[in-house]
Amino acid sequence: MKPGDGVETYEAEAQPRLGFFTDTSVCIGCKACEVACKEWNLVPEDGLAWTGHSYDNTGELNANTWRHVAFIEQQAPDPIKQGKQDFRWLMESDVCKHCTHAGCLDVCPTGAIFRTEFGTVVIQDDVCNGCGYCVTACPFGVIGKRERAAASSPAGAGRTSGQSPDVLQTAVASDGLGVIGKRERAAASSPAGAGRTSGQSPDVLQTAVASDGLGAITKRELGGDGGMHKCTLCYDRLQNGMEPACAKACPTDSIQFGPLDELVERARERCGDLVEAGVSEARLYLADENDGIGGAGAFFLLLDEPEVYGLPPQPIVPTKNLGTIWGAAAVAAGALAVGVAAAFLRGEE
Amino acid sequence: MSATSPTDALSYYGRPIIKEPVWETDIPLYFFTGGLAGASDLLALGAQLSGNHRLRVSALAAAAAGAAISPYFLIKDLGRPLRFLNMLRVFKVTSPMSVGTWIFSAESATTAVAAACELFSVMPRLRVTAQFFAGLIGPAQATYTGALVAQSVVPAWHEARRELPVLFASSASASAGGAAAILTPAEHAGPARRLGIIGGVAELAASKLMEWRLGKLVGSVYHEGEAGKYTRLATASTLAGTALMALAGRRREGAAAAGTLLLTGSLCKRFAVYHAGKQSARDPHHTSIPQKERGGRAVTQPSSRTGNGSSPSPTTR
Repeated sequence: MKPGDGVETYEAEAQPRLGFFTDTSVCIGCKACEVACKEWNLVPEDGLAWTGHSYDNTGELNANTWRHVAFIEQQAPDPIKQGKQDFRWLMESDVCKHCTHAGCLDVCPTGAIFRTEFGTVVIQDDVCNGCGYCVTACPFGVIGKRERAAASSPAGAGRTSGQSPDVLQTAVASDGLGVIGKRERAAASSPAGAGRTSGQSPDVLQTAVASDGLGAITKRELGGDGGMHKCTLCYDRLQNGMEPACAKACPTDSIQFGPLDELVERARERCGDLVEAGVSEARLYLADENDGIGGAGAFFLLLDEPEVYGLPPQPIVPTKNLGTIWGAAAVAAGALAVGVAAAFLRGEE
Repeated sequence: MSATSPTDALSYYGRPIIKEPVWETDIPLYFFTGGLAGASDLLALGAQLSGNHRLRVSALAAAAAGAAISPYFLIKDLGRPLRFLNMLRVFKVTSPMSVGTWIFSAESATTAVAAACELFSVMPRLRVTAQFFAGLIGPAQATYTGALVAQSVVPAWHEARRELPVLFASSASASAGGAAAILTPAEHAGPARRLGIIGGVAELAASKLMEWRLGKLVGSVYHEGEAGKYTRLATASTLAGTALMALAGRRREGAAAAGTLLLTGSLCKRFAVYHAGKQSARDPHHTSIPQKERGGRAVTQPSSRTGNGSSPSPTTR
């Protein structure tokens, strides 16, 4: 696997590229990774809601969810059970991909997002000004914004539900087929429950002492800081020679951590073994350094098409088309100049 | 483009694959005010070079107004507004927002100098120099915002990367022409009227081209929901404004009405693009289906929503 963009600037201080291999074939959906990540990184609560989507009440990766376990229930023969069962679970622990060519890093206008000496991609919380450009540049929808408390701005502007944080609300709706339920907590109810933005009661200012992943201990407001957040691949733990919290907590080694080259080798072997054993749909996702993001620092073994897990089938870093984009802008600027010149051509009337 | 009905394609409970942009309506408002300022600066430079004093003052006033209000929208939309200066520590060509920050800074500074000299009737040579540079930067200011939204994974924006800068430049021309036509006596406003008409026609043409190039699946967002509402408003206003400017622009009232329509059309067009991006990001199929087609693989058709486990061909990469 290629080193990530920009890692060469570390010269002698560069470390072997570290990453995750998430083998979904052995994931049991325990969510220990989600819990370990929240605990270690002091990631705030992001609303308690029933989604009605199997056991997945987390929903998606976001500013306040850095590991997300997807659950898919399928009426299909389970190849691992040798056809004795016509139902199977697919479970996958999703995470930031720490792309070789990272769209978020490319577009960040403050330099808050940087490539670490381990080849991972980290947001410096003390530099980020909350412009949100990285959110639109991530092909995987990983990065999110910790919306400020609803008091000042309507956080749920473009979203489906925005509820007053002052109102204690308990609502459960069921359509009988896919149960959609929602539970709002009184003390720290989310201002935009269904939209799953972060958010805490504007009245409750919560602070906590947290490591910022750069070795410094800072006092940080939990929730509603207006900044962008995502997985740091536990940068603070890496710097101390430890494995990330999620991998450490995974009881089945579905999440494997280590030097990326070793992981890719191991993953190819594992995938080959599975296909040989009759699991013909096993495939590696983002392990190819020639794909649209140059391969990922966190790649996966999947048992179905990527979009079944909510992953893009052929992700491309938008920077790949940067030449076209700037070219089009130059042509447009030229056309504007020609247009204005044309407007003067007939001279004064 | 896609013959596949999106409802048949695979997704994770219909959830979006990418995140919806977190930008609020300050951003399309800035696209409008920034575009107006950029194109007006160039119009003012043209008027300066051709010795049209009245038009120069009008266009400079429009540019100064646009440049003065723009920072408010830009800074207000930041999650941490006090840190807006962090963008001035960095220059990155891979980030149109970073490049744009410098373009806007240079454009607004030169415009402010030119406007101040004009207002207080001082330092005419400095005013001419400042106006010259503002006019030079103007086209970049009016187009970089198109590049900014195109440099994203949002299908309705990224797939329109060739057309968006031209659309924004046209829209900016229409608004600058319209504003100057409102502010200038008819006998001096000829170039403003013509710029409004050129911009209006180009805006309508660029919109059509963009939707055609986007194809049925992604292009349709420009006609659905909020984006559809603003597209209809923009098309009607720009069409009416362009026609009225051509027919009645020589009369002061006609120019005022036509200019207002062109400004409205330009503003609505930016809102249409903004909402189209949000809507397109929310739909997982806008992300997945074009990617699969680009990858040369057929979209896997599940037999039913719950039975989508029917073994697809193994693709061990």
